[in-house]
Amino acid sequence: MGGLQKKKYERGSATNYITRNKARKKLSLSLPDFRRLCILKGIYPHEPKHKKKVNKGSTAARTFYLLKDIRFLLHEPIVGKFRDYKVFVRKLKRAYGKTEWSAVERLKENKPTYKLDHIIKERYPSFIDALRDIDDALCMCFLFSTFARTGKCHVQTIQLCRRLTVEWMNFVIASRGLRKVFISIKGIYYQAEAMGQLITWLVPYQFSHDHPTDVDYRVMATFTEMYTTLLGFVNFRLYHSLNLLYPPKLDSKSETELKEEDEEDYAMNSESYLEKLSALSASLARVVSSAEEEEAELDQFPTEGEDMEKMETREKEEKVLEAQKKLFHGLKFFLNREAPRESLAFVIRCFGGEVSWDKSVCIGSTYDMTDETITHQIVDRPSIDKQHINRYYIQPQWVYDCVNAKILLPVEDYFLGVTLPPHLSPFVEEKDGDYVPPEKLKIMALQRGEKPAQEQEDEEEEEDEEEEEGEDEEEEEDDDNEEEDDDDEEKAEETNLKKMEKQRSQGKSLQVKVTPGKMKVEDKTRLDQEEQAEEKRLAIMMMKKKEKYLYDKIMFGKKRKVREANKLAAKRKAHDDAEKSKKKTRK
Amino acid sequence: MEESSSGNTRRSEEMKKVRQKTVKKRSKEEEEEEQDEIFNFNKKPAEEEEDEDLSDSEDSVYSGLEDSGSDSDDDKEEEEGDEEGSNDDKEEEDGLKFEPKQTKQREEEEEGGEREEEKKENEYERDSSDEEDIRNTVGNIPMEWYKDFPHIGYDLDGKKIYKPIRNKDELDDFLDKMENPDYWRTVHDKQTGSDIVLSDEQVELVNRLQRGQFGDINFNEHQPQVEFFSSDLMIHPVTNRPEHKRSFIPSLVEKEKVSKLVHAIKMGWIKPRRQDDDSRGRYYDLWASEDASILAKHRMHLPAPKTPLPGHHESYNPPPEYLFTDEERALWEQQDPSDRKFPFVPRKFSSLRQVPAFSRFIHERFERCLDLYLCPRQRKMRVNVNPEDLIPKLPKPKDLQPFPTTQSLVYRGHSALVRSISVSPSGQWLASGSDDGSVRFWEVCSSRCMKTVQVGGAVKSVAWNPNPSVCLLAVALDCLVLILSPSLADRQVVSSSERLLAGHQEAEPTEGQGAVTWIEGEGEELNQGIRLKIQHPKAVHQVVWHAKGDYLASVMPDHSSHLQVFIHQVSRRRSQNPFRKNKGLVQCVSFHPVRPYFFVATQRSVRIYNLVKQEMTKKLQANSKWISSIAVHPGGDHVICGSYDCRLSWFDLDLSTKPYKMLRHHKRAVRGVAYHRHYPLFASASDDGSVIVCHGTVYNDLLQNPLIVPVKVLRGHVITHDLGVLDVTFHPSQPWIFSSGADATIRLFT
Repeated sequence: MGGLQKKKYERGSATNYITRNKARKKLSLSLPDFRRLCILKGIYPHEPKHKKKVNKGSTAARTFYLLKDIRFLLHEPIVGKFRDYKVFVRKLKRAYGKTEWSAVERLKENKPTYKLDHIIKERYPSFIDALRDIDDALCMCFLFSTFARTGKCHVQTIQLCRRLTVEWMNFVIASRGLRKVFISIKGIYYQAEAMGQLITWLVPYQFSHDHPTDVDYRVMATFTEMYTTLLGFVNFRLYHSLNLLYPPKLDSKSETELKEEDEEDYAMNSESYLEKLSALSASLARVVSSAEEEEAELDQFPTEGEDMEKMETREKEEKVLEAQKKLFHGLKFFLNREAPRESLAFVIRCFGGEVSWDKSVCIGSTYDMTDETITHQIVDRPSIDKQHINRYYIQPQWVYDCVNAKILLPVEDYFLGVTLPPHLSPFVEEKDGDYVPPEKLKIMALQRGEKPAQEQEDEEEEEDEEEEEGEDEEEEEDDDNEEEDDDDEEKAEETNLKKMEKQRSQGKSLQVKVTPGKMKVEDKTRLDQEEQAEEKRLAIMMMKKKEKYLYDKIMFGKKRKVREANKLAAKRKAHDDAEKSKKKTRK
Repeated sequence: MEESSSGNTRRSEEMKKVRQKTVKKRSKEEEEEEQDEIFNFNKKPAEEEEDEDLSDSEDSVYSGLEDSGSDSDDDKEEEEGDEEGSNDDKEEEDGLKFEPKQTKQREEEEEGGEREEEKKENEYERDSSDEEDIRNTVGNIPMEWYKDFPHIGYDLDGKKIYKPIRNKDELDDFLDKMENPDYWRTVHDKQTGSDIVLSDEQVELVNRLQRGQFGDINFNEHQPQVEFFSSDLMIHPVTNRPEHKRSFIPSLVEKEKVSKLVHAIKMGWIKPRRQDDDSRGRYYDLWASEDASILAKHRMHLPAPKTPLPGHHESYNPPPEYLFTDEERALWEQQDPSDRKFPFVPRKFSSLRQVPAFSRFIHERFERCLDLYLCPRQRKMRVNVNPEDLIPKLPKPKDLQPFPTTQSLVYRGHSALVRSISVSPSGQWLASGSDDGSVRFWEVCSSRCMKTVQVGGAVKSVAWNPNPSVCLLAVALDCLVLILSPSLADRQVVSSSERLLAGHQEAEPTEGQGAVTWIEGEGEELNQGIRLKIQHPKAVHQVVWHAKGDYLASVMPDHSSHLQVFIHQVSRRRSQNPFRKNKGLVQCVSFHPVRPYFFVATQRSVRIYNLVKQEMTKKLQANSKWISSIAVHPGGDHVICGSYDCRLSWFDLDLSTKPYKMLRHHKRAVRGVAYHRHYPLFASASDDGSVIVCHGTVYNDLLQNPLIVPVKVLRGHVITHDLGVLDVTFHPSQPWIFSSGADATIRLFT
């Protein structure tokens, strides 16, 4: 064999990857700087397909970055800024050490800063990309905006986060983009639609955090730095897409309304403006004052056949959506002070309702509790002393459930002191075969326009439904576990036979007796089914090893799903039975 | 304005303080001055006195000056001393005390203005110079140096200045204290050693000073202040001093400093103050010009997966079925956090106000952050297949009929597991050998046991002679192989078989000293039908007939010997061991149905020997751990092997030495395999109690692979002692199958 011997690991995947330490050395950055750079630039490790090849034969656990990514970082101007900052810190230390205060001052004035605009543009070349990735940014900003203004991170960051989140909420209100809300034990999930993208974010409850010690806040702060920049630009673009002013200004009309109120309570003008914005009670100023709502009608395109159907369904969806957007139109809410103000005001305003609260709770209340035109008062306490006769006193969950059901639910279930119906997650979409909680079925019936009958009937219906469900499930089980069933039957036959055999073998004196025989009705469908099942089983026997493995895995997953659904159903049934028996004993 | 005003006020305050200080200072100075004055005042007369006293009473002046050397600063001591001194004075001479004053007054009166003027002049001089008592010529020295002398210093003429005479003792002092009304205002002057009586003004002054007041009565300490530096702009400068010459000459120090700065700027050490860049927090339309080209060149980016959306479990008020039961909760707590299905415990709150903060919120956010920048990403292709598509499309079993489907007969009679069965070539009789030491003959159609032969040992194997013109059965037990003639056929066949057995006897005597001995059946045995016994050196496990019915092979598995297989010729009563070498533990053997081939299955492979050429032609690798049984297709080109590791391998001899197909139908060890003689069927029996019948068509066309389809799973045998079905065999003409099991039964499936 002529030629040079090919060396190992000098071509192919081994050269496409680089370990973290090597990357760090190549960039000549310290680990924190490297980490920060990776966060800002969105560089993440890749899992190579053949780890051993990439790792040059060793199987040690290492994280690998793409060499291209690291090369791409080499030319990042922000790396220079990091170095500048290092130099700055060194100089500052020196100046302090020498007690040259003028030098300290001078250095501090020239503290190096950097901007992330170009990085955002690079990471998200198009606006839609940015919107797709905004979920995490929103979650993080909402979390940071609830931090106390002391310790942990800069006050400016917290204020900026608060500002940006308030701007975002105002945008969602203005665009009527909210779709789903879910109160979980972690916080409140919101899902909004902006530019056709579904965006979900989680807002923690308004309590002070006890900061854990095992969390590196520097990492979080770096992320927040990037996210605030991103969110700011996204907000700008979104506001302009709606012809709104950015930075947001309150409508002149509402501004004058708000101005009358206690202005002197707030010392700083700028502060109070943010407060007013965050009250979420006033609409925003537009660049071009336009008519209130422009009805964008779907253009009719000449279509045929299947397209027509599609169009129809689309139109229907559009209609539902429009109806949802005006869910609370014409309703006037008043929030008691114990109800979560910001969340409720946000949700109600998103669906066109009017909302107010006690003046002492927050700035920006528009009407008083004594207002006669209030239709709903949201109360979160077991009872209330003075009740006005012409309004509903309901618990906050009603608002959220209405939003998720897209209709106004009957208020009876949500009165004060009533045990609330379960709050379901709107994000779960049940496929056939999944377990559907009965409450969801009820809501679906309401959506279809079926009126709930009297309670008892309702209950019966429920039961029926449940029974049906149970049957369905059983059938499903049948389908899935046919093999087993067949096996069982066979086994049963076997046992019968065995019994007979035993009888025959043990006591030779068989009980000679003729019993009137029964006509064995041959169920043709049943036989067919059995035959098919057997065919299937035999065919499965002939599967290749690899396919068999895959098939078993899939079937295992399916079976587990069914099992879980059955378990839930059984649990529910047990619970209901217990409730019923309790009721009976009470009677 | 405010600031400046406040600054002014502060300054004015400071000014005030300063002023107060200065006032205080001034007052102090004044005090001192005044004190001096007082003392001067005192001294003046004293001096005069001295002048006069010198002349008239030297003694009195230079009386005992005991404590003149104390500190002049120490007022008290001074006073005491003074007092003492004065007391002494008083006690000594009362009259003298008043005299000097009077004289002084007199003198003053007498001498008039001229002298006064002189005095005034003197006063000024004293003011300017460090004032000293003129009478004191020694200076400010410790007076104890003169303690032992009668004088203090010298005058201008060089004469001693004598101390006033002090001869007062304690008693005089006391008397003085009691009698002299001016005793309290008498003060002793240490420097001169004389006593001085203070005047009323002087006493007054001392009192005032003691009270902390100004010495001068006329001084008004509360007089309005003239603001010197004030906010009002004055016309005139504060000082009218002309500018110094220095101020017109460029400063060298400054020049040095400036040049240093210039150098630093030149070298880039000092940068100009940065313009406050407010574009940092300002947002603009970043995506104003979206560039599709950037999108195209974007690197292999894997977007991070979004966080999964919450389900009903996470609700603050979930339906009751989603809450944990006690067991689930215990399980959740036991589990490792990474194994848990949910990272939280579902909880139910009756109203929104009771929902507390989620304690792990920041943790979860942080973990998400870590995932985003630290977690290696990989694109994973999710298999999205319909499981139905994975199932191979096979011809329907219905189309492949006939094959046995149902159990129709059970042959009972054995009391222990039935190891081996064999069907007569006519298909009328079935022979079975069992561990209870009997061989039974059954009529196939009626399941009647026609004959039972007690052979006295666990029967390992039975084999019916395939030649239809004879009726013989080979039985293997212990070290014997028996040839039975059951006489279950018509007379012609029985006689022909008798003839076959008898024919050997003539040619018999040649053999004798082999490992194997042929023994004739005798007596009772003959009645039972045992015609021949072939004694082997070791336990025989299997017997197999050649298709012609003349040759018989027996297997004695043994690791260490080459004596594992014998081939016997019944007609000539000869035995031979075909192998010279031990090639492994032989499991079973089989003859080729048409050609002179011999199959030997060892533990892991099957060897095929050509008996004519006496060489090995092929070695089949079974890919299994331990072969249990072997069967050869009636065509002779295909072999199936069952193995104890649940596999059945089908070899196509023309194709390869590797199995054409491996079937893993059975869940337990495969014990027996069989081909049907006419129909394209084969079957395998296993310890899981089932017999699986497969359709296996073999085509004459070499290019077409055999078609193997499992068609039926037959169950019926009961698993006893972990053993299920032990042997299986097909009916020679019908598509029926017999199976014998560990439950001591034989079953027929049709």
